[in-house]
Amino acid sequence: MIKFFLMVNKQGQTRLSRYYEHVEINKRTILEADVIKTCLTRSKEQCSFIEYKDFKLIYRQYAALFIVVGINDTENEMAVYEFIHNFVEVLDMYFSRVSELDIMFNLDKVHIILDEMVLNGCIVETNKARILAPLLILDKMAES
Amino acid sequence: MSDIVEKTLTALPGLFLQHQAAGGSGVPRVSVSSRLGSLIRSITALTSKHEEEKLIQQELANLKATVSAPGTTLDLQSTNLVEVCMALTIVSQIFPREMIPAVLPLIEEKLQHSKEIIRRKAVQALYKFHLIAPNQVQHIHVKFRKALCDRDVGVMAASLHIYLRMIKENPSAYKDLTGSFVTILKQVVGGKLPVDFNYHSVPAPWLQIQLLRILGLLGKDDPRTSELTYDVLDESLRRAELSHNITYAILFECVHTIYTIYPKPELLEKAARCIGKFVLSPKINLKYLGLKALTYVIQQDPNLALQHQMTIIECLDHPDPIIKRETLELLYRITNAQNVSVIVQKMLEYLQQSKEEYIIISLVGKIAELAEKYAPDNEWFIQTMNAVFSVGGDVMHPDIPNNFLRLLAEGFDDENEDKQLRLYAVQSYLSLLEIENAFYPQRFLQVMSWVLGEYSYLLDKGTPEMVLTKLYRLLMNKSTTSETKTWIMAAVTKLTPQALSSKTVEKIIQEFSVSLDTCMRQHAFELKHLQENVELMKNLFLVDKSCEDLVVDASLSFLDGFVAEGLDQGAAPYKPHHQRQEEKLSQGKVLNFEPYGLSFSSNMSSSGYTGRQSPAGISLSSDVSGNSAETGQKETNSLKLEGVKKLWGKEGYLPKKENKAKNNPELQPVPQDSTLMENVDQMMIKKEQSQALHHSEEEAEKQRLASTLFVGLGSESAVSLLGKTDTVSHKFRRKSKVNDTKNRKVTSAHNINCSSFSPLSNAPYEDNNHLNNFQDKGDTGLKKCSLGSEFLESSLKSDSLTELDLVENLSVCNLSPSSLFEDNSMEIFHPPQPTLSSSATEISLTSSLLEELNEHVHSDLVELCNNEMITVSSCKIWKDDSLLLVWMVANKSNLELKSMNLEITSTENFKILEHPGFSFPVIEAESTTSIQHCVQMEKPFTEEGLSGYVKYQMEEDPCIQLEFSLTISLLDFIRPMKICTEDFGKLWLSSGNDVKQNVKMPDSQANLPFALKTLQQKLRLHIVDIIGNEGILACQLLPSIPCLLHLRAYAGIVALWFRSSCSTLPDYLLYQCQKVLEES
Repeated sequence: MIKFFLMVNKQGQTRLSRYYEHVEINKRTILEADVIKTCLTRSKEQCSFIEYKDFKLIYRQYAALFIVVGINDTENEMAVYEFIHNFVEVLDMYFSRVSELDIMFNLDKVHIILDEMVLNGCIVETNKARILAPLLILDKMAES
Repeated sequence: MSDIVEKTLTALPGLFLQHQAAGGSGVPRVSVSSRLGSLIRSITALTSKHEEEKLIQQELANLKATVSAPGTTLDLQSTNLVEVCMALTIVSQIFPREMIPAVLPLIEEKLQHSKEIIRRKAVQALYKFHLIAPNQVQHIHVKFRKALCDRDVGVMAASLHIYLRMIKENPSAYKDLTGSFVTILKQVVGGKLPVDFNYHSVPAPWLQIQLLRILGLLGKDDPRTSELTYDVLDESLRRAELSHNITYAILFECVHTIYTIYPKPELLEKAARCIGKFVLSPKINLKYLGLKALTYVIQQDPNLALQHQMTIIECLDHPDPIIKRETLELLYRITNAQNVSVIVQKMLEYLQQSKEEYIIISLVGKIAELAEKYAPDNEWFIQTMNAVFSVGGDVMHPDIPNNFLRLLAEGFDDENEDKQLRLYAVQSYLSLLEIENAFYPQRFLQVMSWVLGEYSYLLDKGTPEMVLTKLYRLLMNKSTTSETKTWIMAAVTKLTPQALSSKTVEKIIQEFSVSLDTCMRQHAFELKHLQENVELMKNLFLVDKSCEDLVVDASLSFLDGFVAEGLDQGAAPYKPHHQRQEEKLSQGKVLNFEPYGLSFSSNMSSSGYTGRQSPAGISLSSDVSGNSAETGQKETNSLKLEGVKKLWGKEGYLPKKENKAKNNPELQPVPQDSTLMENVDQMMIKKEQSQALHHSEEEAEKQRLASTLFVGLGSESAVSLLGKTDTVSHKFRRKSKVNDTKNRKVTSAHNINCSSFSPLSNAPYEDNNHLNNFQDKGDTGLKKCSLGSEFLESSLKSDSLTELDLVENLSVCNLSPSSLFEDNSMEIFHPPQPTLSSSATEISLTSSLLEELNEHVHSDLVELCNNEMITVSSCKIWKDDSLLLVWMVANKSNLELKSMNLEITSTENFKILEHPGFSFPVIEAESTTSIQHCVQMEKPFTEEGLSGYVKYQMEEDPCIQLEFSLTISLLDFIRPMKICTEDFGKLWLSSGNDVKQNVKMPDSQANLPFALKTLQQKLRLHIVDIIGNEGILACQLLPSIPCLLHLRAYAGIVALWFRSSCSTLPDYLLYQCQKVLEES
């Protein structure tokens, strides 16, 4: 099961956080800071999976932005690692060459995309066209 | 908080637009969007952080109300696709449990929607419901199947999440779907899906992974189901071309599945080759995955570790801690008696670097386990455990020190060896304490002080005085916690009889009798008083007797006289805490006008004295005095009732209540099968090093390490040395010989106690003995029909056991005369009948059995499985305190069946009270045998399959195995609870977990009596009372979780209101009630 999905930049600012398990608000801040600190200390040659407390972190770095996913031991690490990339590919498709700014200023849309892909800690959709379909309809309605 | 607000603000324009758009499509949304506008305005107008927080909180509360209630329901009914879609997304993310019944029909309707996205989201919403309230979506399992067969891939994939979850809970119920899952996977692997499902030209990888997981769960320990999956797994392995990370993810899952299901050598070989690609990959992520896969695989085939030993050695020194950690995990699984010291050393090295608490906890646990299992010698064992305690300190699992101490105390087969181990422990602790300024964790100090207290007598030189000085120093240390001080104090107390008139002891007593810590002061005083009575102290603290229990009279029967005297003089009887509280509650409502009971005090005193003579009587009388208030109260209760009757006599109400008060149900304790499952060795590896091991010429050091690590793993010449390794590995296995020693030594302990305390009852001990006897008999096989007098006695003594004996005898002896059970309690004395003629045995046996159990409600006999030789059928008997399963194995052939064996697979949800397996040597031709199992629930569940198999042998043919499974539902554990209205009221107030629901009934039958009757008959609820158009019912989930139901009937509707202390029970019962009421 996926426990949380984070997007944090190198400065440690959280750009997006989505929890699939209840974590208290003040504990979230501590967790996020600690998680990014752990990720930043790692070199490129090191494994993208980290043992963290009683679960695992899977992270991927895109420019200055880290995407970190917390999973428990029922999840396949590599599948989640590639899922992160799939998510980024979807963002890239929607924003055409996505940047940190896109995520900052379209947080609602990023959330809609993420919610299409992950639900209750499960990966529910990975087909790019289908992920974007509801969002595109909403956009069209907003235009008209 | 302001971070969140910032995020909200950035998101607002988008939301704003959406709502306007939605408003434009014809649904009035003005109110919502204007509220949003005003929110933005008020936020910008805010001045302080405090106000901001307040506003946001208020807004959140408003939002919650809108989201959870009619808003979503309205949206679900909308014709606008986007609205429905969004509503479903919300439903599947956050939804209150109580609202499910309201929206469920709407969601179900959406499953038929023409658009795939709506159907998919509806299935996802159902998944959410299944997560939060599985009982409420039980009846739509058919619809899940429909979703699985949906023409759209997305909908099918969504349903897999539900199936994965359900199959995880109960794999046996979904075996029939294996074929479908295999077909789906075949199509996916074969590239039959639309291209847009591809990810880097791999077809729907995450879907494949999901399906592989499901197949793994279904095929586990099931050769027949596994057979179906071999082909597709083979194809998956073949198709996955190693071009991209994601194929590795699939391969990993595939290998995992192959090693989870019933093994097929060919496939295992292919999977093993596949792992090689991972492990040898230069990419670190893949290497990690490879190690993880190897860890799974190695449990089945340790030889694979040999193939990759060089890689494993390299990974052991890898700079990345997670790789190291995974390697240690792997080594942990291949540990044996020969390589244990190297592996443990590596683990300890890792521990020294790691600061992470979770890692310490898990690794320390593993080291302790390995040390206990495979320790080569005493010295090493103690040293390793010292390291464990020093590093693990106060974070480790409390079982570790407990197990260690028990191991020391109980010892092993060899007395001498035990002594050596204890002595070494004492010596090593003394030398550790010698070191100045050393710091040890509290738990370690506790272990030390216990061992020193128990075993320092083993020291040749050095007096107890020396040990006492060390303990004293610890006591005075400021960093020692008060818990540890208590341990140390206990050790000091134990040492005192060996060091009479010790100055240190005097000092301790002096020091601590003025301590501010009341607990320590108490101990100091106890020690002081004990010291005054040396004889008693010596008897109390025997040397090396930590395993034997002192028999003490816990019922305090020697105080009976004192109590009776007190009662005679008018003292109030003792009331247990719960009773006092109950009274407080009831006093709030009714004033008690009765004078304090006059009649019972004399009554009490007489009963208190009568039973004095016999030992059994003592415990009985003390029981009475112990609960004197209860009996007293019962009497006053009945007095009160009489008064009530005169005053407010209400027809049809009081007589019933009186009855109920009399037959207060008392749950008989069921004897528990104490046959401990022996610690099964996880490692089946104990094989000897193969000489055929050819090492490649690499660095010599690594080679040496490898040879020490992988010693004991090999393929050939295993048999000859297997025995030897075995004995070594058993060295530190725990043994439970407490029972034996207790039986042998108890007399002496008893005497001692007698000298110090007034009359003691040995009744508890006797009970225990009988129980042991009984269990012994049970173990040695119940075939012994010539019952010894001892056995008879034991079965006579304990009523609850008698029945079981009877049942077991019955099942083994092939009894046929149906008259045998006419008198239940007497039949046990009859000599067993010889085996009878084969004709019509089945029927007579069945009838006799059922006749015997006629008093209990039971289900019909259901045939579970059969072949040309045998038929297995079963029936459930709902006994008051448990569920009894009767299995009947009928031999239809005219040949004798040999080594018949019926085995039930144990699951975590049930506890099966007899031996799960049962074997008879022989079943005669055309005869029937029956076996009974008493089943108790461990964890609440809704429905669970109980599977098992029958094995038999015919003449010299190989064994034939026949599998069967039986569904057991929670309803099998629901029993009526007979309580009176008053108790019902109390229980009602004290139970939480409300569930309310209205159920429509067909008009003609919508009356209360009918509904009550239905519930009583079909669900075995007990009707407590009927008042007007309301009724109250009660039931309990075995062993004793009550659930109460309040029922009100009006205008064709029955309002049900459940309450229980268990949170899931009301939901489940509601569902069942709904079902029976709507069916009727």
